[in-house]
Amino acid sequence: MNSFRGFVIKEFKQIYRDTRTLVVLFGMPVLMLLIFGFAIRNEVNNAKIGVLDLAKDEVSSAIIQKIAASKAFQLNAYLTSYDEVESIFREGEIKEIIVFEKDFARNLSRSGSASIQLITDATDPNLANIVQTYTNAIIADYVQELNSNSIPDVGIKVHSKMMNNEELASVNLFVPGLIAVILMLVSALMTSISITKEKEMGNMEILLVSPLKPHHIIIGKVLPYLLLSVVNVVTILVLAKYIFQVPFLGSYVLFFAESILFIVTALSLGVFISSVANNQQTAMMVSLVVLLLPTILLSGFIFPIESMPLPLQVISNIIPAKWFLVIVRGIMLKGSGILIIWKETAILIGITLIFITFSLKKFKVRLQ
Amino acid sequence: MRIIKFLLQKEFLQIFRNKAMLPIIFVIPIVQLLVLSFAATYELKEARFALIDRDQSIASRELVSKLQATGYFTLQSEFTSGEEAQIQLDKGKVSFIVVIPRDFQQSLSSNNPTNIQLVIDAVDGSVANLINSYVNSIVRDFSIDKSASISLISPQNLQQASIKKISTQAINWYNPNLDYITYMVPGILVILVSMIGLFLSGMNIVREREIGTIEQLNVTPITKFQFMVGKLVPFWVIGMFDLLLGLTLARFGFQIPFLGSLTTILIIAGIYLVLIQALGLFISTITDTQQQAMFIAWFIMVVFILMGGLFTPIESMPMWAQKVTLANPIAYFIKIMRMVLLKGAGWKEVYGMVLIISAMAGGLLAISVNRYKKTSG
Repeated sequence: MNSFRGFVIKEFKQIYRDTRTLVVLFGMPVLMLLIFGFAIRNEVNNAKIGVLDLAKDEVSSAIIQKIAASKAFQLNAYLTSYDEVESIFREGEIKEIIVFEKDFARNLSRSGSASIQLITDATDPNLANIVQTYTNAIIADYVQELNSNSIPDVGIKVHSKMMNNEELASVNLFVPGLIAVILMLVSALMTSISITKEKEMGNMEILLVSPLKPHHIIIGKVLPYLLLSVVNVVTILVLAKYIFQVPFLGSYVLFFAESILFIVTALSLGVFISSVANNQQTAMMVSLVVLLLPTILLSGFIFPIESMPLPLQVISNIIPAKWFLVIVRGIMLKGSGILIIWKETAILIGITLIFITFSLKKFKVRLQ
Repeated sequence: MRIIKFLLQKEFLQIFRNKAMLPIIFVIPIVQLLVLSFAATYELKEARFALIDRDQSIASRELVSKLQATGYFTLQSEFTSGEEAQIQLDKGKVSFIVVIPRDFQQSLSSNNPTNIQLVIDAVDGSVANLINSYVNSIVRDFSIDKSASISLISPQNLQQASIKKISTQAINWYNPNLDYITYMVPGILVILVSMIGLFLSGMNIVREREIGTIEQLNVTPITKFQFMVGKLVPFWVIGMFDLLLGLTLARFGFQIPFLGSLTTILIIAGIYLVLIQALGLFISTITDTQQQAMFIAWFIMVVFILMGGLFTPIESMPMWAQKVTLANPIAYFIKIMRMVLLKGAGWKEVYGMVLIISAMAGGLLAISVNRYKKTSG
């Protein structure tokens, strides 16, 4: 036990004397949360648009004014003919061009209907969609004002209630995702590298001939990162709560228990990678390909899993971050208790156990 | 020249000798391109909902079948009480609840306003928004249908004449079906190539330092320049090779239209890869261990990816963040790739961005070559 304590102390010292990494290690989550909390949004801000006004009458200019006044748009170009559309889109700044037909106001007053064309640069389908929806809403508003005294109040109204996230704040959604990405980074990547480092430098032999048991070595290696990760979770949580006012409805105890579970999952993944890889470069590249992009893309962090094709939905089940995300979103935003999220928790425990078993099996006591 | 040749030979040997690395460099990026391109979509495929139908009338059934007919929504279960439905929502079994009031049909036929309540699980805000706007448009159509058939016999059709309508017609250029794959593949390809380039080059020199072999190199007559060339060229070649592989896959596998010129892309990619390598080299010169280098490279990569306009449009960021992306090389290259491949842009449209990338590459390369000292300690 004494030698184990000594080993753990050595590991801690090794990590904590490397100030540069420490600064990044502690600073990174803060910076990431700040950047993404403020920067990643799904609503549109100052999208540049153009107008091709073939009518130039009072109605078209009233609508243009309304659109230009909206925060979502920035009116940057006035076209004079259709031929300019292509060259403008090619330059890539303008995302939408609003075309008013000739005699717009006259058509509206005579036949009661007029039409507007919304030409979008749909290379980004998502943006094109959002921009169109926004424009449509502004135009619909205008029409309603126009008709306010002639339309009777009939028909079905939809009252929508957004549960769990009333302002649809993206940050509420991203915080759990960020926790997952950062924990993966700190726990899995760092452990896998630090164990393979011993192998690469030749220190593993020394460790193996020492009285330490293999599981002592592994536990000693992961313990400092476990601590670091917990500190990171606390930092993110504090920032999320006090700077971004992300609601926290559930129990803190449960949240930390689940976080530690996920950290252990990530650590065991790291240990597993290091038992497969022989040098740091390989360990790093493996962590990179199996961790970074899948954690961002297949966990539901940014893209909803329900939107994916079926095979990918199946694959997403083996991504630990997916389950962690469901759990954390549940706890933070819905106040779910263990009764609601026990299934996800069980799956996460299962994944962790599999990794631990595999890595214990693969961890060789002999080098050759 | 001979020295550079030998150095290159050594580097290539070292890379290709490592059997674990080969699949990582050549196979996994392709697999990722194949898999992840399909994952990156915001399209709403299918959402399940719970129904509380207090009316149980023909009209309410009609509306529910209208909702299901779109293919977006499936009725999961029907409840009589709000609490039960709420539990389903909390458990994540359903994405939203539709509540139809008791007097639904009666209000409709007597031309009175009526309400439908929609309770949406908005934990994922973008999905909630989509659901909300889809349901709204379905209900609006339904409502117009109903009131149209009623107003024929009501005095209100007299007023109908004075109602003004502005219809909008959406035209989507370059991508009329709003297909995500077309949009994502070039972007993901950029990310993959950048990751490989940055991580390999970032780790390389620092590895020599950590293992100690850098001292051996330092005492040889190799000049700084030769050393750098020897370190950069192999990964540049690998990066270009990966890019070509990815482009082939994009063209023939994903059927992405190549409207612009391939030569333009390749030339720009060449410059871009130099920039990425220079960045890796820079990381290499400011760190002492591979672990440090990796960690910093990862961090930079995550920031670049999430702020590169790949997944969330740069237009949706606040102004200051949009300004920050001006320093993000990945954002430029993704934009160039999309412009050239999908819109057929040529030099005239992209030369500004190419200049910026070149300047960044030159500057960063100069700094890191300058920082690398042939003396240690």
